[in-house]
Order: sequence, then C-alpha cells, then structure tokens
Amino acid sequence: MEYDVVIGLETHAELDTDTKLFCGCSTAFGSEPNTQTCPVCLALPGVLPVINRKAFEHTVKTALALNCEINNFVNFDRKNYYYPDLPKNYQISQNYFNLGNDGFIELNVKGKKNRIGIHNVHLEEDAGKLVHPEASDASYSLIDFNRAGVPLVEIVTKPDMRCIDEVEVFMHTLRNILLYIGVSDCKMQEGSLRFEASISLCRKGAQVFGNRVEIKNLNSMKAVLKVLAYEISRQRELLERGEQIVMETRLWDEISAVSRRMRLKEESHDYRYFPEPDLVPILVDKKNIESIRMTIPELPTKRHQRFVSEYLISEYDAGILTESKSLSDYFEECVKLTSNSPKELTNWIINDVLRVLNEKKKEIQDFNISPKMLVELIEMKSEIGGAIAKEVFSEMSNTGKDAPTVVREKNLKPLSNTAELSSLVSEIIGANPKAVEDYGNGKESALSFLVGQSMKVTKGKANPKTLLEIFKEKLANSP
Amino acid sequence: MDIDSKEIIKLANLSRLKLDSRETDTFKTQLVKILDYVAKLDELDLDNVKPAFYNTQLKNVFREDILKSSYPQKTVLDLSPSNVNGFFKVSKIIE
Amino acid sequence: MLLHQLTAKQIQDNIVKRKISCKEVIEDLFNRINEKDSLIKAYISLDEESALERAREIDGKLSNGEDLGVLAGIPIAIKDNICTKNMKTTCASKILENFIPPYDAFVVNNLRKEDAIIIGKTNLDEFAMGSTTENSAFQITRNPWNTEYIPGGSSGGSAAAVSTDIAFMALGSDTGGSVRQPASLCGNVGLKPTYGRVSRYGLIAFASSMDQIGSFTKDVCDAALLLRVISGYDCLDSTCSTLEVEDYVSHINGKFDGLRIGVPKEFFGEGIDREVRNALMNALEIYKKNGAKLIDLSLPHCEYAIATYCIIATAEASSNLARYDGVRYGMRNQLSDDSIMEMYCRTRAEGFGDEVKRRILLGNYVLSAGYYEAYYLKASKVRNLLKSDFDEAFKKVDCIISPTSPTVASKIGEKMTDPLEMYLSDVYTNIANLVGIPGISLPCGFTNSGLPIGMQILGRHFEETQILKVAKLFEMETGFHLKKPELD
Ligand SMILES: [Mg+2]
Ligand SMILES: [Zn+2]
Repeated sequence: MEYDVVIGLETHAELDTDTKLFCGCSTAFGSEPNTQTCPVCLALPGVLPVINRKAFEHTVKTALALNCEINNFVNFDRKNYYYPDLPKNYQISQNYFNLGNDGFIELNVKGKKNRIGIHNVHLEEDAGKLVHPEASDASYSLIDFNRAGVPLVEIVTKPDMRCIDEVEVFMHTLRNILLYIGVSDCKMQEGSLRFEASISLCRKGAQVFGNRVEIKNLNSMKAVLKVLAYEISRQRELLERGEQIVMETRLWDEISAVSRRMRLKEESHDYRYFPEPDLVPILVDKKNIESIRMTIPELPTKRHQRFVSEYLISEYDAGILTESKSLSDYFEECVKLTSNSPKELTNWIINDVLRVLNEKKKEIQDFNISPKMLVELIEMKSEIGGAIAKEVFSEMSNTGKDAPTVVREKNLKPLSNTAELSSLVSEIIGANPKAVEDYGNGKESALSFLVGQSMKVTKGKANPKTLLEIFKEKLANSP
Repeated sequence: MDIDSKEIIKLANLSRLKLDSRETDTFKTQLVKILDYVAKLDELDLDNVKPAFYNTQLKNVFREDILKSSYPQKTVLDLSPSNVNGFFKVSKIIE
Repeated sequence: MLLHQLTAKQIQDNIVKRKISCKEVIEDLFNRINEKDSLIKAYISLDEESALERAREIDGKLSNGEDLGVLAGIPIAIKDNICTKNMKTTCASKILENFIPPYDAFVVNNLRKEDAIIIGKTNLDEFAMGSTTENSAFQITRNPWNTEYIPGGSSGGSAAAVSTDIAFMALGSDTGGSVRQPASLCGNVGLKPTYGRVSRYGLIAFASSMDQIGSFTKDVCDAALLLRVISGYDCLDSTCSTLEVEDYVSHINGKFDGLRIGVPKEFFGEGIDREVRNALMNALEIYKKNGAKLIDLSLPHCEYAIATYCIIATAEASSNLARYDGVRYGMRNQLSDDSIMEMYCRTRAEGFGDEVKRRILLGNYVLSAGYYEAYYLKASKVRNLLKSDFDEAFKKVDCIISPTSPTVASKIGEKMTDPLEMYLSDVYTNIANLVGIPGISLPCGFTNSGLPIGMQILGRHFEETQILKVAKLFEMETGFHLKKPELD
C-alpha cells in the first residue's frame, strides 16, 4: 500500500534581545544557575509584566519575512498549565489574536520550487530549564530559571510538507531567514532553535488526513529527520497491520532512537486560554509595519536567484554562498572590489575560505581575511603564481597580515628581473643538454621540463611567464 | 445545571487541589448553585456585543530592551522551600 | 483631644509645628495598639522597632531643617496583600505564612519616599477573597463598633484599624468593593481610585483587571492627601495610567455650581435595609438643600453585574493563584515519595482555605475547554454593556450616589454558610470594578443599634477630585465621620 505523508512543524526561536520579554534580566546563555532572575521572571507575588519593544518588533519582522498578514490588533493570552519550570504556571503567549497569520516560505527542494504555508507567527516567553541529575537513583530534579521569560517567536506551519526532504530544506531555509533578518542567533546547541513536529499518514490520494501524532523534545534538525523517518515506518507498519493510529503526543528518545508515548490526546492539556489582563493590547498600524519592513534585508531565496542571474555562477555555488547572510555579503563585497570574474571569487570562497573557516571553526564575521585583502591576493595571483597565492592565503588566514606583507616578509616575490633570470636560464640550459636537444628536435614538452627545473631551483619564485620567454629566446638563438 | 463527581475530580486536578470526599461534595453543591445563578447571563442577547477584556484605554505599552540588574542567586534561593547547588529543587520529573 | 484621635493631617501639622515629636506619636500609637488590637485583631504583623527608628530619623530631619515628604511622620497600616520589603506579606494565607518579599510595592515605595511610617500589616480575607475578613488563615478581625460583628472585607483589618484609631491611615485593595464595603461597615472613608490611577505593582493579584489599591482614612481630606502620594505613573505596571496626578487636597473644598447627582433606581430596590435606605434618603436631601440636582436614572444591566463579576474574578484568580505551587517560595507540603503532581495538590490543599479553593475551582471551570465562550467571553460582553450603561449615565450626571452596602455589618459567622449570598452582598460595589470607575464610601448615619451606614459616590474615570469634593461637602454638612466607637 502507498501512503501520503503529512507533516507540520512548530518552530520556537529565541529572539535576539539583551533582556527578557517582560523584565530587564539578561538573556545571556551559559551563566551560573538562577543568577539572571528577578521578582518578575520568578513570578513572585505581586509582580507584573511589561513587554520588551525589541522582542515585539523582532516578531513583526519575522512575520513579515514569512509573508504573513499582520494583525492590526494584537493581544496576549495566558496559556495555563502546571510545570515546575514555568514560574507563573501559565505562559504568556498569543492564542486569540496572533501577531501574524497566513504566510508562506518558498523552498527549493532539489531544484523544485515549493511553498509551505505558515499558519501563524506569535510571540511568547520561554520556560526555565529542568536539570535531571546524572545519577539514575537521584530522586530529584533541579530548576534553573535563567531562561524563564526569554522571548520566543513561535512559527507554526500548515500541514504542507509531504516528505522528509522537504522538512530538511524547510528547517534550513527558515533558519537561514531568521539569521538573515537578524532576529535570532539560531544556535541549536544552546537551544535557541527548537522544533516540534506533527505527522500523519493516509492512503495515497485520500482526501482526509489520518490521525496526527505530535512529537516533542527535538533538539536538533537531525533529531527531527530521524524521528520523522522513524514515525513514518512505525505508522506505516501499524496501518499495514490494519491498526489505527492513535492521536497522541510522543517524545523522541535520542539514545535509543525510538519515539515513546508521552500522553494521549484525551489526556492533553486544557490550557484555559484567556486574554492576559496584566498587559494592554497593541495596535499595529501600517506605518509601524512599513518601518519594520524597511529593516528586512534581501532574503536568501531572492539573493540566491540574483546571484545566479547577475554573477552567472552556478545554482549550486549560489546556494552555498547564500547559506549565510554574512557569507553572501562577503562575497558581494569582494565582487564590488575587483574586476576579476565572480566565478573565480566564488571558487576562492567556496574552496579556500570555507575550508579554513571549517578547520578553524570560525564564522565569516571573525575571519582574518577581509574582502579587500582577499581581492588584493587574487589580483596578485597572475604575478606570483597559483601555488604561491595559496601559500600566501594560508599565511594570511593564520596571521591576518595582508598579501603584500606576507609576500615581502616571506620573500615570496617572484623573480622577474630579466638579467637574473637570464643567467639562471643559461645555467639550466648548460646543465640539461638532453632536454635542449629534445626541444631542438621539436619536442615541446622539453621546454616545460626546463621551466620546471628553473622553478625548482628558485623554489617557485621565478615568474614562469618570463622564464618561458627567455628560454624560447635563448634556445632559438643557440647554435 | 449539574456537575458529576468525575467532573469535580477533573477540575480539582486541573486546579492542583487535593480534595477529600466531603470537600468534593460540598464544593460540588456550591459550584452548581453559583453556576445556576450566573446562567442569568443567558437571558441577554449578546450576538452583536463586543467583549471588553480590559479596564483601561491604554494601548501599546512597551519597555525598551535595556538591561537591569538581576537579583543575587542567594536572595532568590533563600525564598525557596528547597534548593541545592544554586538550583531550585523538586521531586524527580519524569516525562 | 487624644493624640490617636487626630486625623493624619492634624497629626502631621502638630509634628511639623514641632508641638509633638514623631517618636511620641509612634509611642502613643503603639500603646493604643497594645491596648486595643487584641479586641479587634486588625493586625497580622507589627513592626514597632522599625517604626520607632523611622520616627527618630524624621524627627532628626525636622530638627536639621531638612525637607520633609508630604506624609512626614504619619503612621500608616498596610493590608497584608501589598508587598513590603523585608517585612512578612502573607495575604492571610498559610501558603505565604512566612513569605518575606525582597521588594516594595510601588505604593509602599511612594509612602516611604514621602516619609510616612509603616507600622504593620493588616488582616484580610485570604487573598482578598471575601467580604467579612473571616476568611483569614490567622484570625478574625472584629468591628470596632461591636466586636460581635464583622468589619466587612476583604480589607477588614485596615478598616477596623483606622476606626479604632490604631492607624491614622491604611491601605487596602478593592477588587469588588473590598475597600468601600469595610469602610462603610466600620464608619470611615474608603476610596477606590480609577483602575490604572494607582500602580498594582506589588499588590498580590486576585483579579488583575479589577484589582485596585485604595485607602482608609478618618476623613475626606486625608483620603485626598494619601491619594496624591500613591497615584501616578509606574513603568512596571502596563495598565497604569500616564495621566498627571492632581493636587486633590487643594481642590476638595470647591463650591458646586449645579451639581447633578444620579440616583439609579436599581441601587435602591429590593434587598436594601430600611435603615440604610433612610440614611441615604436623608443624605440625598442634604445635597438637594445644598443646590444639587437629583436625577433619577437607570443602569439597565446592573442585575447582571454579580454574575459577570463572579465569572471574570474567579477566572483571573484561578490563573493568578497558580503560581503558589511550593516550588520557588512559600509553603511546600510534601511526603517523601510524592511526585511533583502530588506535591502541588497537597501544598495547595493545605495552603489555601475553602473560599480560595472554591474560587479557584470555579475559575478553572469557567475557563476550561468548551466553556470559555459560555462563560468568560459572555461575561466580557456583559461587561461592555455595563460600561455603556455608565457612559450613558455620566452624560446626564456628574456622579452617582448609592448605599455602599445594602446592609450594615452582620454578626460574625452569619454569612459563612452560603458563599453565593456573600457574593450577592457586593451588589453596589463590584460594578465599579467591572467598569473601572472610582468610588468613595463615607459614613452617612448609624442604625439604632449603633452600627455605621455608608454612602457610596461613584464618578467618571479619573475624576477622583469630583467625588472627593462631593464627599467633602457632605462631611462638612453632617459630621458623621467624627463619631468614634466606644471600645472597652
Ligand atoms: Mg507555544
Ligand atoms: Zn527577571
């Protein structure tokens, strides 16, 4: 039996603000537990929330970048549920009047364009962190509230994804957009970007979707892909045995690589949403929206297309270059600084720059070689030769010195002095009578051999073009 | 209006309250009485009435994203019934 | 006249003129507290030591000729649901029995800045839920006019303290009448400002869209004085108004030109005590004699106010009280092998009293899946109708006068049996909370048995000056506020 797979994704991204959503505590990652808390984010009796303007604007920006309609009346709702990492035992979120609705993301799945609908985009607060002591006999759990109240944007897709490849591209594209617009650092290892998936299977072509299973606790994109693959086969097996899929929430167990039931649909939370009376509504007018829209840069899909058409580089290369905004900015800055072909710049960036960044585990922002320096090096290549250029590049990336400095300091300047080279050529001719004779007999490769010998002697510093000319001249004049 | 005991127990769970059977009965009777009373609102035709959730005309109240100092770890942990190594401590949470 | 019988303004005049020292005032007051509070049980906690220290500081400032705050030297009591730094704030609940807030409420901070002296924390119905002050986990406060009777609630401790002259002023909170009703039952001046006039930061929430801090004072002038200090913009409360605070004291003595007083028929109908009704009729006559125009009006949706209030207040309360879970602060009750769920349920069952539990259950019921539209949304719509009723009324009148409570104080224990009946007794007061307008209660007579009767004056949003002025006129014409309970 053939099945259709229906997948939807909920993404939580921590917004890049200095302070929490409702208080002035820091959002910095990795501090000592419970050192970034105050009465407000600990929900002490009598405290009240006040919205962080930047978090709100970041959410508007996200919604706009995801092509959503912005609600002009926005308010917050309380989502009531008990969990020890949730200080108020309700989360201030949005339910009745989400900030953004009905958007989409354009995907490029193996060259095929596709649109995934965004159901809504809203702003809410994060919970604290539960820590479970290593020892299996520990009878307690620990709570760190540093993260409690950090602003999150939640992005809910429509159930528009039909295969795992799509999900993978979706996650990357979404992450890339969030990075481009600068609303989140999307560091998965720090929990800045988290996913929840829902998946159902139905008979191929069926009009009605099957029962939905939700999966929580997905801490990496890999985990999302693994759990979906697992669920597809689990659900398919059940269906093939003629069994029903139960509506439930499952947890992904990374270690055993299985999903497990967390709760059935009937046991699901009764969130008792109602409008948050401690906050006042927000009216978002056209002017606000437009001024925030102005801050959205060219987004990756568009930039990708433009790179291909404007710089005549391959789809593949453009994809790599636009993978991060800063890398694509780097590339374009280089392009602007030189008349060299964008194709050559692309090769340098993809082959050399990215390799070094990868080795050094660095981001392009922290790279030693500025676009100006890279361009300067590439322009020197015809003069110093490819091999030396690579050597200079490597030295530059280690030391941050520019190309002329490296060449000077390491004495890598090619020998272009004709007099010097001329005597070298005479020496080589004298020492290699066999090759000279071969060349005289019309064997062109003998010339390359002679040039090669000269390069060996000069340790690559001779200018090969000049050398060649002198050899030709001398050999033509020799008896 | 009627609420059965099962519903009260569910409600008590939702409210995180442990009720004994006497309390369950008393609260049930009282709740039913109050709910019967508030059913008075059904007399009104509210189809074209907008809800008023807020008691203020204020809109768009924000704070700027400016760092304020947090409380010392000790100050907050001293409030807690149980803590260890800088953390608040609770019974083991099994997901 | 005895020192403790003076108003706050009078005591301050004496201090500033250096006829008495701040220290003397505090010592005298604590003598009286030691003598009388055991009869009334107004205070949950007292802090004589800090009060004396503060008094000495202010005396020092005075003798150094330093600038003093506008409440300099005035001893003030605070309802125990308003946070005071380093001073226990219990909400009269076992769950917060030992809770010491690490911060001051906005109003407390303002009081300190203006050199008031905080003397103690007063009793209330647990989490301000109730109208009798019998629902306290610690003690029952008594009415100073007759200690067999309730002082009203939920701010019964503050009301009783002011009437007993064991505080010159007191703060309370009013979510459905919890300042005005006990002021009425204890015979002093209770003011509930407009929602948003006074920051709620540090007031332990009961129903966020209706909670408002208010005051108990011996006369209208003191109410004006105190309002000036506790009002104003607070960046920590998103619902707090940015409107400028008026100089209430200097405006309350103004003359009226054609004052129009609204008399809603719904507030003088069934269920009102004969003596209360008569006192109100006499009061209206006094206004008439002073040139006011009495205008009959109707607030057609009034009869739905209690039902609306029940839904909204309990819904908000159920969520506001979810934070008392034994994790971060407050009481925890746990057996050794309890799961977190069992710990929650045990802690809250042990920590909360019946009235609080009842409201939490009701609030969760009206919000739970499938009921939101039937209850909360519906009530919010009726709330809008009530707002329109008042908008219409205030086009025709400058203020509205009614009894504060349909009855005077009842005997202790009398109202405990039927919660619904208790909710119904807030019939004249909770409507102001639903629509957010200001209201003041002041004494307008006594029953034959000697219990005070209160009159309520409601005004337009942010027109506190107007209702204070209307109240002041009555006070000058009558002098009911000068009568003192005899306490032995
Ligand atoms: Mg969410
Ligand atoms: Zn904080």
